[in-house]
Formats: sequence, structure tokens, C-alpha cells
Amino acid sequence: MRDAEGIRESDLTIRSIREPKWFPAVLIVLCCVPAVLASGAMASDIIAHTRYFGSNPVKEGEHFLGEWTLRFIIASLAVTPLRQVTGWNWLAKHRRTFGLFAFGYLMLHWLTYALLDVQLNRGDLVKDLTKRPYIMIGMAALLLMIPLALTSTRNSIRRLGGKRWNRLHMLIYPIAILGVIHFWLGVKKDITDPLLYGVCVAALLGWRVVRWWSRREAPHAATLAGAP
Amino acid sequence: MPIRSNHEPTSSEITPETLYVDRRTFLAAAGAIGAGAVAALGGMPSLVAAQQPQEPQAVGKPYGLQPDDKPTPWEDVTTYNNFYEFGTDKGDPSQNAKNFKTRPWTVRVDGLVNKPADYQLEDFLKPSVVEDRIYRHRCVEAWSMVIPWRGIPLADMIRRAEPNSKAKFVEFTTLMDPKQMPGERSGVLPWPYTEGLRLDEAQNPLALLAVGVYGRVLPNQNGAPLRLVLPWKYGFKSIKSIVRIRLTDAMPKTAWNQAAANEYGFYSNVNPTVDHPRWSQATERRIGEFFKRKTLMFNGYAEQVASMYTGMDLRKNF
Repeated sequence: MRDAEGIRESDLTIRSIREPKWFPAVLIVLCCVPAVLASGAMASDIIAHTRYFGSNPVKEGEHFLGEWTLRFIIASLAVTPLRQVTGWNWLAKHRRTFGLFAFGYLMLHWLTYALLDVQLNRGDLVKDLTKRPYIMIGMAALLLMIPLALTSTRNSIRRLGGKRWNRLHMLIYPIAILGVIHFWLGVKKDITDPLLYGVCVAALLGWRVVRWWSRREAPHAATLAGAP
Repeated sequence: MPIRSNHEPTSSEITPETLYVDRRTFLAAAGAIGAGAVAALGGMPSLVAAQQPQEPQAVGKPYGLQPDDKPTPWEDVTTYNNFYEFGTDKGDPSQNAKNFKTRPWTVRVDGLVNKPADYQLEDFLKPSVVEDRIYRHRCVEAWSMVIPWRGIPLADMIRRAEPNSKAKFVEFTTLMDPKQMPGERSGVLPWPYTEGLRLDEAQNPLALLAVGVYGRVLPNQNGAPLRLVLPWKYGFKSIKSIVRIRLTDAMPKTAWNQAAANEYGFYSNVNPTVDHPRWSQATERRIGEFFKRKTLMFNGYAEQVASMYTGMDLRKNF
């Protein structure tokens, strides 16, 4: 039997090293650190004219939060391959932790953009959303992420059924790609950073393609071998 | 270390215009006595590092400043820089340009001129009166500053080179030295950085060849030892660390235009009505301020420059 997170009952008992008790709490605290630092730095820079984020704290903070969104998306994508390699199946439940933090950072990134950067200037917001491809792509990723955040509970898995829930949550793949494109199109000229994130996303999605391909091939090969 | 809090220049620190006019007449009279004596008297802004003030001073004649324009703190002016030769992050130039060698420095003036020459920087500057001017600065990325520059009018230098009748444009080139300028080892822009102006733009009295900022010798990250300042154009037109000034009959190729022609035109005049493809140019964030300001046509210098562009479609000639 597999549950929604693709874990065999036997995996849990036989292969996995148990999760240290302190791990979930420490993980959550660590995931909050960049957000706390960013909020504190931005507030201090804007109000007290410190320079934790340099001379343009709003832009710098906006980019900082955007990059952390991508990092958490990548972390959530890394859980399954890591689990498959190490056999630490308890990692699986932290897909949700990373996914929800990705959504949280995305909200902070968007709020920084809308409130502090564009400052709710309606004309600018409308123009951004209708004329600027990189903003449109970013917004598309944000909208796609909402159903994932809303169905992150165990209850939702039960209600939707593992299969449908899994299929819905495959949206994280296009979201990750849109996120990298959004970053790529947004930088002025130096694409080093978006390229790095792109390589990470490509590797993690590539891993899945290869696994899917080899699993599809395997039974096929077996039939062939079994044929007279 | 943030210096900002103590050095927010008060209006009394900014040299009043009358004093400037006086200084000019004084300088003219003092010409015979010799520039050295004048500098010793403190009459002429100094270009020698040893003589510069310890503390940055927001001195200069205000040009086109709005009533609420105050000089942007030295700390921001010298740490928030676009100078891709030293890296693409705003903080890279101040980090990576520390050991940049700006002496000796040769400037070649050539092309369609009667007096082509290679100058040592000091000889290049000597015939001109060095002025302090406070300008507004608008980056194409929609942020802005107010900066007290020190320099000589570009028009002076062009006149001395004696452009011939075929000269229509001026091309500027930055030093090509990948050993010293790590950014030039990357493919971010076509190196060396080049910029260009129409001859009449280059002769506009606002166009300044800067050698200093805040009363001090130009820090390396700000384009030492010699950079252009064109306050009515987006910042990237104000090319840094210039080694060559060439008069031509054809429109020069410019670095950013070659890198992304749909985003950066030859003229690149500040224009709130023509957006960058990826962001609005209608407003700007003044460094150090939270609320945005409206961007002004030609960055507030329409009176001095608009006549150069009459009859041109500024949407096409962006």
C-alpha cells in the first residue's frame, strides 16, 4: 500500500532511520530565520536609515524574499529524491513544511512588491499585470500555488484521494519552472543567479523523468524477456 | 560604517550661487597669477588627493534641483553603484575597485579633429576651470540620487580638440583591462564599454567630465579617474573610467544598446512617458526615501536640453 506521499508501509519500518525528535521544530525555526531577518532589515532601513539591505532596501528585500521562495520550492522538490537515495522516509512529511514556507515567502515577496515597491499604484499594477511578461509569469505561479497551499492538510489528502491529490500537487513542477523564468526575465543582464536556480530545478525534475522512464521501461523489458 | 547621520549636509553647506559667480570672476582675474597659487589659496577646487578634505562635502552650484532635493549621502553615492566592469551587484564596485590603478592615466582624443592627442590626465584637465555642480541623477532602473560632482565642461575639451566639419558624433570608451576589471572577463556586456552622444549634446553646457564627487577625488567605484555626467539622460550614458574620446561622422555603437536594443536606445533621455519594456519610468525611488517621486521630463533639465530634440519622436528615439 502507498499513501498519498508514495511511501510503502514497509519502508517506514524497515529502511528508515528514525527522525530525530527535535528535527521538525528546529526546521521550522530555521525556515523562519530569513523572513525575520528580511522584515527586520527592511523596517530598520526604511525607518531608521540603516543599510542592512544597502541603499535600496525595498528592491533588495523584494529580491531576497523572491530568492528564498525559489529556495523553498527547490527544497520541497529535493525531498523525494533525497528520500529515495537515503531511505530516510520521514523526510516525506517535510515536503509540506517546505511547500508551505515557499508559499509564505511568496506572499511576503508579493506584499513587498505590491505595498512597498509599487505602493499600490493602481496604474502601475495594472500595467505590470497586462504588459510585463515577467510579472505575468510570476503572478501565474502565485495563483497556481494557492490551491496547493489550501490542500496541504492531511484532511485534504483524504478528501481528494491520494491519486487526485498527487496529481494536483504536480502543479509544483510548472510552478518551479515559472518561478525560474520569472527571475530570469526580471534581471537586467547578468543571468548567473537565475541560471543556478534553473539548473537545480532542471536536475530535480530530470531525476523524476528518469525514474518515471526507467519504471515504465522495466515492466516492458520483463514482458519481453518473458516472451518465448 | 554609516556616516550618514552626521553628514546630512545643511543648506548652509551648499555654496550659494552668488559665491560661485564671484569665484569665476576671481578665477579669471587670477589666471595670470597661476593655477597653483589659486589652488593654494583655496580658490580652485583641488584635484590632488593629498589636498582633498577628509570629510565629504556637499559643495557646488545647484543645477536644476527641485525645492526638496537634498544631496544623497556620500555612503550611498559610493556604495550603490552600477559599474559592471567591477561586478553586477550594486555593492561589487566598491568592493572590487579598491586597488584599481588610476595613475598614470592617458586619454586619447582623436577622430575627426584637427588636434588629435594623447594626454596625461593632468594635462588634459589643466586648461579648464574645475567646477563643483550639484546634479540630479536618474538611473534607468528607476532609482535616483542628487550628487555633488566636480569636473570640467565637456564642451571645453571638445572645443580644444577642434572638431572638423565632418564630425557629427562623439564616442567614448572605457578602459579595457580584464586583469584589473574582473567584470570584463564575463560576457555580460560587449567590452570595452562604449557610449556616444550627438556633437550638439556633447557641447551642451550641462555635460560634465567629472573627476571628483563631494569635494573629493572620484572614488574608483564612481568611475575614476574621469567619467561623464549627463544629468538629463539615464545613468548608464554617463560612461566611467574614460580612456578615449573620438569624434565621428557615424552614430557610435553603445554598450547597452548592443546588449539589448529593444530596452536601451542611443538617446536614453530621461522620459517619464516612455516606459522601459519591463518597468514604468513614470516614477522613481530617491535613494534614502520611501515614497516614490514623479520622474521629470529630461530629469528636470528640459529648459536646458529640450530644444536639442524638437521635432523628434521621443518614443522612437528612446
